[in-house]
Amino acid sequence: MKSLKRIVALAAIAAGSLGFLAGPAQSQQGSPVRIGSTLALTGPLSATALVHKLTGEIYVEDLNKRGGLLGRKVEWIVKDDQSKPEVARTLYEQLVTSDKVDLLMGPYATGAILSAMGVAQRYNKILIHHTFGIPSLAKYDMHFPAWSLGPDPGTTVPNTLFDALAAAPKPPKTIAVVTSKFPSVHFMSLGAREVAKKRGLQEVLFLEWEFGNRDFGPIAARVKDAKPDLVFVGDIGLEGNMLLEAMKKLDYEPPLHFHLYPAPGPMATAPEGKNALSVTIFEEHAPYTNNPVAAKFVATYNERAKAAGFPYAKVEVQAAASFTAWQLLEAAVTATKSFDDRKLADWLKANQVPTIQGTLRFDRGNNFGDDLMRIKQVQGGNWVTVWPKAWAAPGASLKMQ
Amino acid sequence: MTLPSLNLLSQSILSGFFIGGMYGLIGLGLGLSWGLLRQINLAHFGFVFLSAYISYHMASVWGIDPLLTLLILPPVFFCIGVAMQWLLSRFHISPFNSLLVTFGITVMIESLIQYVWTADFRKLQSSYGEEKFTVGGLFVPVPELLTLMLAIFFAFAIWAAMRFTDLGKAMRAMAEDGPIAAAFGINQRLLSFLLSGACVALASVAGVCFALTFTLTPTQIFSWVGVVFAVVMLGGLGSAVGPLVAGIIIGVSEAVAMVLFSPSWAPIVSFSLLILMLLFRPGKA
Repeated sequence: MKSLKRIVALAAIAAGSLGFLAGPAQSQQGSPVRIGSTLALTGPLSATALVHKLTGEIYVEDLNKRGGLLGRKVEWIVKDDQSKPEVARTLYEQLVTSDKVDLLMGPYATGAILSAMGVAQRYNKILIHHTFGIPSLAKYDMHFPAWSLGPDPGTTVPNTLFDALAAAPKPPKTIAVVTSKFPSVHFMSLGAREVAKKRGLQEVLFLEWEFGNRDFGPIAARVKDAKPDLVFVGDIGLEGNMLLEAMKKLDYEPPLHFHLYPAPGPMATAPEGKNALSVTIFEEHAPYTNNPVAAKFVATYNERAKAAGFPYAKVEVQAAASFTAWQLLEAAVTATKSFDDRKLADWLKANQVPTIQGTLRFDRGNNFGDDLMRIKQVQGGNWVTVWPKAWAAPGASLKMQ
Repeated sequence: MTLPSLNLLSQSILSGFFIGGMYGLIGLGLGLSWGLLRQINLAHFGFVFLSAYISYHMASVWGIDPLLTLLILPPVFFCIGVAMQWLLSRFHISPFNSLLVTFGITVMIESLIQYVWTADFRKLQSSYGEEKFTVGGLFVPVPELLTLMLAIFFAFAIWAAMRFTDLGKAMRAMAEDGPIAAAFGINQRLLSFLLSGACVALASVAGVCFALTFTLTPTQIFSWVGVVFAVVMLGGLGSAVGPLVAGIIIGVSEAVAMVLFSPSWAPIVSFSLLILMLLFRPGKA
């Protein structure tokens, strides 16, 4: 029975994916399907939200060219939550009660997603969302994460990293864990400490800073003084760059440095970002781009992002998670031939969905599935996946200083 | 608690001096405006970032040497300061209302920056950013040193101007008692224009230094407000040298807290010092 369901799911996705590559649409009937969401179009998260907006626009445009959802044109309503979870909550209420949208699409970032989840739960709406960082907080049974970090990333992600490093020519023996106290980052860093301890790495330094820290000079000096083989940096946004810049001013280059959620563009292009490690679900190279849907998306995204003046015009984690969210919604609607929230949710829970980041499932803790996080590294000014080998860029392997 | 090595402690204290210089340079114009014009000019932070972005643009897009922008931007920002003062005086904005109005201006500046340069990160890549030298085993980065030197130069230059020139004395008299100063022939309106222009020009200098040292993103504007307010209040409203001294005290205290305890203790330092100041020296802050 399970295999039958899987075949149906795969067929639905195949139909959708082929559609993504296909030509102009057949005739569209009836009123448009209205999908509502918010994004942080202004405020501190806006740089990343613009990636989600562009991805959504590309997907919806293409979807409409292919005939929309069940023959109805899709209208995507995006409101600006100003990077504020409380505004996101109000706007999702509006989308459901005033705009009366047919379906919801999640916002970006953990705080806003949690707010949207509360509203979705109140109105029994399915919520597929992009990058939610704390799986233990997602209790609603009709939420579906497009970012496949698994139900226990605090353990699984560090293990993936240490597996990668154990296979390196000179595995690290000592580690410094330095971390921001930003919520979705901090628990991952604490998890890394535990995993490192269990795997026999000697911790030579542990430091925490408040999100928004301005002076990384003393932190860099302490890391340099501790002489670790590996620096695990629990950073988000620009923090990693600021720390590396401060290290550079001390003439110090750590042998290995891992960054949890760095700003992808600045880290890849900064000279001190060389060989930086991080996590990913998608990068612009084979084998990801062997998938024709992914290849087409990458080409379109590159072109549109450059035209929009994005400083980093490549598809990576955020854009891939966003694209995946739309793939999940399309797959569920296509397979169930319905816009009923409960039917869509039941289908997603029971099936596996092939996406550009891999096959997603939602049958484990809090609707999370497998941890598909991989390890990437800055090489030649670009992010390339280096671990696991099955997802590594052609010819790429982990480089050390 | 394990004691850090002397080198680690010294390097961190040096880092504290540098960040303190930045606090002092940003706080200088803010404190003068607050103390002498009785305006709590939140837009000062917006002007710092606007200058940083323009400096970034001039250097990255037009190829102008970042240090040359230090000569170009202050006169432009002086005019902006004069225009802002004209606007505030035209509508008789009270000190408290100036807080609200200038907050609005800051939000407008942030939106303008987002519109022109987008919300994404911008980094001014210049040869100065890589420059550093060592003194007794301590690394001294040139952009930070430049910021500190400019902060010291402007603090003492303005202190001297306020103390030894007629213009400075007139400004102090105006701040002390405007009507009496006017009775002695001091043109308050002209002086307030000059002072406002000078404060915004100082913001532009801080902005250029900021662009040389930090990666830019529009929403960072507000992350500097708390600590610089503490610096200005500790240093004394209207004081020229006070914000620099207070900035260095806070910067070094934060750095020492980071080395001796944990970096997460650093944000507590500035406001703890401010509270202590208010408790033991009431009326001085």
